[in-house]
Amino acid sequence: MSERRIRVLVAKPGLDGHDRGAKTVASVLRDHGMEVIYTGLHKTPAMIAEIALQEDVDVVGLSILSGAHMELFPRVRQELVDRGLDNVLMVGGGIIPGDDMQVLEKDGFAKLFGPGTNTDSIAEYIQTEISKRWAAEEAQA
Amino acid sequence: MISWAENGHARFPETLEAIWSQVGRACRMGITGPPGAGKSTLVNELARMIREEESTVGILAVDPSSPLSGGALLGDRIRMEDRTADSGVFIRSMASRGSHGGMARAAVDAMDVMDAFGMHDVLVETVGVGQAEYDVVAAADTVLVVLCPGAGDGVQAMKSGLLELADVIAINKCDLPGADRLTSDMQEAVHLRTAGRDKWASPVVQCSAGKREGVEDVLVAVKSHRDHLSDTLPDHRRQKRIQQVRQVVGERLDESLWMKGNFGDQVEAMLCSGITPYAAARRVTQNLLKSAQENQSSEFQA
Repeated sequence: MSERRIRVLVAKPGLDGHDRGAKTVASVLRDHGMEVIYTGLHKTPAMIAEIALQEDVDVVGLSILSGAHMELFPRVRQELVDRGLDNVLMVGGGIIPGDDMQVLEKDGFAKLFGPGTNTDSIAEYIQTEISKRWAAEEAQA
Repeated sequence: MISWAENGHARFPETLEAIWSQVGRACRMGITGPPGAGKSTLVNELARMIREEESTVGILAVDPSSPLSGGALLGDRIRMEDRTADSGVFIRSMASRGSHGGMARAAVDAMDVMDAFGMHDVLVETVGVGQAEYDVVAAADTVLVVLCPGAGDGVQAMKSGLLELADVIAINKCDLPGADRLTSDMQEAVHLRTAGRDKWASPVVQCSAGKREGVEDVLVAVKSHRDHLSDTLPDHRRQKRIQQVRQVVGERLDESLWMKGNFGDQVEAMLCSGITPYAAARRVTQNLLKSAQENQSSEFQA
């Protein structure tokens, strides 16, 4: 019996060519024992949701530095919901003003991480949230 | 369902039973080769060509897990991105999760699931290192080995054991210097193994997946191998299923002996008495075989 591992999709939506942050986070999550799928650059919200579906991920993490987060993040969320994936833990990060973070966190995003976040704290946050969800699933079954 | 297979979920076997009658229709291709040979790019191109023939494609991309953290960075999708928007293509990444058996089983299960859900072709791609990866590609009908110039000479390819597995050999990046030399080396290696024997002689095909050149030749070679197999395919597959059953039996035994039985304690006691590991193993095996004979259980004869 193999043990279940957290599967994470790290995605870059829209026209934004900077993925050093996304790759850094992906590596850190890998080092915390997660299975990380990285999409590569320039993905549409529909592509990201389709990949999340095919890969059956527990977490979708969006990285954005272009300033279009208020446009793209809710659309990714909508595409996920349209595919019945409203249960996926959604997180994000990048250059996002504090006010926008608050709006997004009210709108389906569990947590957003700004510049200067300790990378280990992202992994710990995901681990805590997912183990809560899995415990709830098991209680239901 | 693929996640269930990967995690060894208790409901997977019964669910597989429900779809089992639909399994066995797809053509299964295993693609392997050293890192950077262009496997993902070639898979992407093959999928494109198969789609042009109005077939559906399932792709399983296996990447290694980190031996340190057990995590994995699954990046094959990046080179398959043109296929993401296509609803006739289903791509799934899988981490090897250590080479101890389980991965090969999950990969075969995943191929069965894709097959049952109506994919005409199922491609499984993995880095060609280690026993577990061999087991994965060996479960396919046709094994395609991808090599490229500049990654060691023909002798290295021979000793890596990849060639024994190959039904078709693709020399990718054939525009690079050394491609012709590698191609003739490979042809010679195949000839050495097959000359004068009634065996399939693996074709060696040049291509450049990144430039979309020669990929149709690879597909033609794969199809000719499939035609070659046609009569023996059911037998070919049955042999592989026997391997699968054997593996699952091994896993179940391992589980029930070590996790449920108190084998660990017994062995610890034996070792404390000063005997060697081999002597302990012999004693354990003898006890097992004896109790098996007493129970008239056939499982242990495998």
